[in-house]
Amino acid sequence: MSALLSVEGLTKAYPGVLANSDISFEVAPGEVHALLGENGAGKSTLVKTIYGLVTPDEGRMFIDGTLFEPRGPQAARAAGVSMVFQHFSLFEALNVAENIALGMANPPGRQELSQKIRDIANAYGLSVDPDRLVGDLSVGERQRVEIVRCLLQKPRILIMDEPTSVLTPQEVNTLFTTLRKLSAEGVAILYISHKLEEIRALCDRATILRSGRVVGACRPAEKTARQLAEMMIGLELTRPLPRLFTPGDPLLKIRDLTVPASSPFGTTLKSIDLTLHKGEVLGIAGVAGNGQDELMDVLSGETRVKGDAIRLEQREIGALGPNRRRMLGLLAAPEERLGHAAAGDMSLADNAYLTGRKRQRLDYRGFIKKATTENFARAIVSRFDVRTPGVGTLARALSGGNLQKFVIGREIMQRPGVLVVNQPTWGVDAHAAATIRTALRDLAAEGTGVLIISQDLDELMEIADMFAVLESGRLTVPQRTGSLTIEEIGLMMGGSTKGAVQDAHA
Amino acid sequence: MLTLEPRRRSSTLLQALTPVLAVLATMVAGGILFAALGKNPVEAIRIIFVDPFFDPFSRSELLVKAAPLALIAIGLSFGFRAGIWNIGAEGQFIIGALCAGATALAFWGTEGTWLLPLMALAGMIGGFLWGMIPALLKIRFGANEILVSLMLVYVAELLLSALVSGPLRDPDGFNFPESRRFHDSATLPIILQNTRAHIGILVALALGPLAYAILHKHVFGYHVKLLGTAPRAAAFAGVNTKLMIAACLGLSGALAGLAGTFEAAGPVGQLVPSLPVGYGFTAIIVAFLGRLDPLGILAASLVMALTYIGGETAQFTLQIPAAAISVFQGMLLFFLLGFEVLTRFRIRRVTRATS
Repeated sequence: MSALLSVEGLTKAYPGVLANSDISFEVAPGEVHALLGENGAGKSTLVKTIYGLVTPDEGRMFIDGTLFEPRGPQAARAAGVSMVFQHFSLFEALNVAENIALGMANPPGRQELSQKIRDIANAYGLSVDPDRLVGDLSVGERQRVEIVRCLLQKPRILIMDEPTSVLTPQEVNTLFTTLRKLSAEGVAILYISHKLEEIRALCDRATILRSGRVVGACRPAEKTARQLAEMMIGLELTRPLPRLFTPGDPLLKIRDLTVPASSPFGTTLKSIDLTLHKGEVLGIAGVAGNGQDELMDVLSGETRVKGDAIRLEQREIGALGPNRRRMLGLLAAPEERLGHAAAGDMSLADNAYLTGRKRQRLDYRGFIKKATTENFARAIVSRFDVRTPGVGTLARALSGGNLQKFVIGREIMQRPGVLVVNQPTWGVDAHAAATIRTALRDLAAEGTGVLIISQDLDELMEIADMFAVLESGRLTVPQRTGSLTIEEIGLMMGGSTKGAVQDAHA
Repeated sequence: MLTLEPRRRSSTLLQALTPVLAVLATMVAGGILFAALGKNPVEAIRIIFVDPFFDPFSRSELLVKAAPLALIAIGLSFGFRAGIWNIGAEGQFIIGALCAGATALAFWGTEGTWLLPLMALAGMIGGFLWGMIPALLKIRFGANEILVSLMLVYVAELLLSALVSGPLRDPDGFNFPESRRFHDSATLPIILQNTRAHIGILVALALGPLAYAILHKHVFGYHVKLLGTAPRAAAFAGVNTKLMIAACLGLSGALAGLAGTFEAAGPVGQLVPSLPVGYGFTAIIVAFLGRLDPLGILAASLVMALTYIGGETAQFTLQIPAAAISVFQGMLLFFLLGFEVLTRFRIRRVTRATS
């Protein structure tokens, strides 16, 4: 078997960290090759190198035995390498064809391009309508647009970065069908994921990275998910134990809350009702763009509503801002780590002050208590194993998983009465995700009401006592988590069969 | 084709050196300009940048010019860090001078140490209220504060002209459009014998460390920085954006008003239509030259004062046109912003791939 892509001794150092160290592996034509590793293991740097975004310090790459030194993504694409990023780069106000044309050096005419998009879409079972506005598309549909965009370049190597983290189970199956078809045509696929079962189902071979080095290679189908995870993190997973759930007293109540969308692409929240009890973990599932961000803003206090629409232990808090709510015990951690939950250009200590200020008494008459603030930040770093040189490091310099641990840890350390988190383990490696989930469970065990908004169904199944779905701004009646199968929930999330929701309630 | 692409890491050393490089580049470009005018470039640069340090009077004048620049620029730097762009400090400066001057004239002839503090208060309130106009329009209607504050400069200039030609005109002044000269109790004490160096210089000097502490150690400065770097995180932290708009425009207005007070009660000593000489605009350059940091601004205000003093000397010794100073200051801002971009981006030649 001759290699299509071979990588020899790639090394890339950033200040203070060796992102890639002497990495070598080969990918054959038509092979689906997994790159498996924790956050910060060096997967992103590696694929960015292959895609021409990063220039390696040492090492060489070959395509078909010819030296491959891309000086930028354009050069990589010309050599047949394409990449679908975890975060899409699409303009919501433009339609699908316009978005795709934007990425092309010499776009063909409107009609021709639309036809090409339809041809590719049909050939690979990707239902994409070139005339639809991207703003109206679900996350899964947007991903298909990105894939079509790549396929139009007729790639020989396709890099997929965490493609399934935002998809419903049905959408994952569709994606896998497409990828298998591509692979049958000889396209090599480099597949990055934390989801071990997926890798076992899809990938022919896997290269496992840890701390920037290759620590193993295997055929995933021959290993159990547990064995893969242990190779990846080098220690055994601590899974939270399932436990019996008896709801305590009601803590947080939302009654008939309707909030109109604030922007043309926003979602209107429609008569939301929910009650969160002491010691309860309530999971709210749903595909992104169905009102998750809006619900989060309403709960954190960034969007103010009528006072009596939200009650915290009988107290009307709907009209209060974030700081007043924090003082009353309602804490939150939004989804966007950089720019929302944390400021990237500020140090971890400054970011600890961001929400800890009042509750942790981090200032005196407005003057920041430097030592106290730094100690608070250090406590978060040590308890949640945040990998950072120190609390003076800028938030932007941390890997996604580490910053996420910091952001969630910052709220947990403040002993909240109610904690609301949105996508707590998005883009976080298995080990960090387990740490975060265990911490959330422990918090509930101490009597905190935890509300988790997440698109990761496995996660909700694992830790939520009660389960509801947010779809088109409407929230279903929360159910005991055990009462539904994943397939039923997937259908509810897509909003395809309202009947299934009704039946499930009956 | 040339494009700018972000540097993977930008050197902090380079960033710290940006203002110095900008000053050097301005000297070189200015030299070329003077050479083109047929003047000796080396001599011109020496007269502008070096000679003022060796003349005692020029040294004190440096401080007289630097003080208002520093006061205004420190006020502006808070707003600039928060992404709130007050371009109309010149107007707030004029209104400050006007309110302080009106107070002085109302108590003309009355002795007392309370008068100067009262004038300062009046000047600050005047500048504050003038800054509140763009603030309230932005908060209520989303009006662009850059345009509103800038336009209000011209309103303030005309208001000053109208008042010194009318109600505030000197009754014994042969109908010249200027007020009476302020009496002693309404004039700033001089801190250096036989110069114009007044007590406002000490105020500016003291404000530097105070503003530094507020910017870097107080929750207000924290919120300013947070709002500028991550507006959504600021909302999440509970920062009231509307209040911050009012605070930043109000603060810069009040400090510009104070600078106007010092100018009227110090070197000028009366209200005249020619009172505003562009400190409010030049302070924008000073704020950026000082990297929006109060202590940096103190240093930058001295550099900028040099271009005023040295430029004036060059005007009469070398017959360089008055506009040369403005060109000089403009070049300084141009190079500063240019180098700033280059510390974060690099220029790359791109050959367009045809597929």
